[in-house]
Amino acid sequence: MSKEHAAIEKIKERFGEKVIIETKEFRNEITLVVAADAILDVARLLKEEPTLDYSFLSDICGVDWPNRSERFEVVYNIYSIRHNSRLRLKVRVKENEPSLPSVTPIWPTANWHEREAFDMFGIEFVGHPDPRRILNPDDFTGFPYRKDFPIR
Amino acid sequence: MAASERMILNIGPQHPSTHGVLRLVVELEGETIVKITPHIGYLHRAIEKLCETKTYQQCIPLTDRLDYLAPLSNNLGYVLAVEKLLGLEIPGRAQYLRVIMAELTRISSHLIWLGTHAMDIGAITMFLYTFRERETTYDLFDLAHGARMNVSYMRVGGLARDVPGEFFQRLDAFLDDLPKRIDEYETLLTKNRIWLNRTRGVGVLSAEDAVSLGVSGPNLRASGVGWDIRKACPYSAYGEFDFKIATAHNGDVYDRYLVRLIEMRESTKIIQQALSILPEGPIVADAPKVVFPPKHLLSSDMESMIHHFKLVAEGFSPPEGECYVSIEAPKGELGFYVVSDGGPHPYRVKVRAPSFVNLQALSKMAEGRLIADLVAIIGSIDIVLGEVDR
Repeated sequence: MSKEHAAIEKIKERFGEKVIIETKEFRNEITLVVAADAILDVARLLKEEPTLDYSFLSDICGVDWPNRSERFEVVYNIYSIRHNSRLRLKVRVKENEPSLPSVTPIWPTANWHEREAFDMFGIEFVGHPDPRRILNPDDFTGFPYRKDFPIR
Repeated sequence: MAASERMILNIGPQHPSTHGVLRLVVELEGETIVKITPHIGYLHRAIEKLCETKTYQQCIPLTDRLDYLAPLSNNLGYVLAVEKLLGLEIPGRAQYLRVIMAELTRISSHLIWLGTHAMDIGAITMFLYTFRERETTYDLFDLAHGARMNVSYMRVGGLARDVPGEFFQRLDAFLDDLPKRIDEYETLLTKNRIWLNRTRGVGVLSAEDAVSLGVSGPNLRASGVGWDIRKACPYSAYGEFDFKIATAHNGDVYDRYLVRLIEMRESTKIIQQALSILPEGPIVADAPKVVFPPKHLLSSDMESMIHHFKLVAEGFSPPEGECYVSIEAPKGELGFYVVSDGGPHPYRVKVRAPSFVNLQALSKMAEGRLIADLVAIIGSIDIVLGEVDR
């Protein structure tokens, strides 16, 4: 069993089947769609369990799917330096309630990534220590990476 | 001292030692830094959003403008991600040439870093020497790619063109010369009393902090974590070369300097190995639906003309899916997360820029230190604002 599948089993064993909404595999990359209210628990397990040790958060980004009932995806690309294993977590949030817990207590590097996802998509990260825009000016209106924001 | 007696100092966005348009708001108590608040985004061009309006091949020139001191690394990261989406295999000669170009870029990027970083600290002579060698690397890029900076050399499926024979002779001469030049740099700095005083024990970042802050590349390795993507997940032809991962243990400005010097020497060896066993053959994959046909066929071969027309008018459409591919760029982990909805334009491109993440560690390195150390620390992180702001 690959390290990534071991991680999936571990999550199911600890938190039950329900926290994993979907598992996808494409070109040998594994994506786990996780329930929004479980993201902190799952993230903590993945980082702190020594057999998993996903201590390196490469990136967080938003993706906008305007026609879906849950419009925004928040994508976490994580990596275990010790086990040389990559995994992708995803959380889906609704347009009228685009919020989810911040993972900054687990991976401090999430700070700027989450600020960027807020800046570009308007996704709110509850518990973020410094929830401001990052690339756009503070008085900017709108969220430019949403699909309905015009390119010119 | 009461908070009201703190001085607030604004550094940048136009300031020579911030290496671009970085603005720092620094709170000082006397000469001690209490808090640093970086303000970024002055160079934000929404490159990720622009990619969504282009075909996959058209995005390549945009990637040049991320880390504009290492355009070939950006090209490489992006094309690898799209090729993974397509499930496309690249011929050996193209793989090797990609490695050669990526390593030459690393040398070029580190040379600029060394020159500007040393100049920030007051060693202006270094700048003149490293820019002499950097100029040679840019001449080589000009010869092979027809441009010095924004080269756009790589293509999804291979390379834009093969390199001319003259390139190899001049590259050989440069590689023979470079280790001696690096020795010269070392005689100026490595045991220099002033350099040691300005860099040793300054801006220390522990291995634990470096990992939790997502720091990668030479900055991470200087803190003692021997993680190099070229070794951990070899891409292109990296699995075939013998080279060592440069590491150090103190995580200070001096160690970051040492690590980058070793990396330049290792890159030289990688290129020499690649040149010695460079395979002959095509430089693009045999994939007419993705790769542009040779120009000379357009006036004689109907099928080539049709493919060319389709590729220009529409582009190609990878299957629905998503890929995250990261490479060891000169600054650290450069990742491209590309999402395809099955159409001819990328649905989403996210660039995991190493400078963006590494810059986040600045506060950790500099708070509690003297203001005079700040310039040394900024330089040692090696940021490029084109990549920070995207």
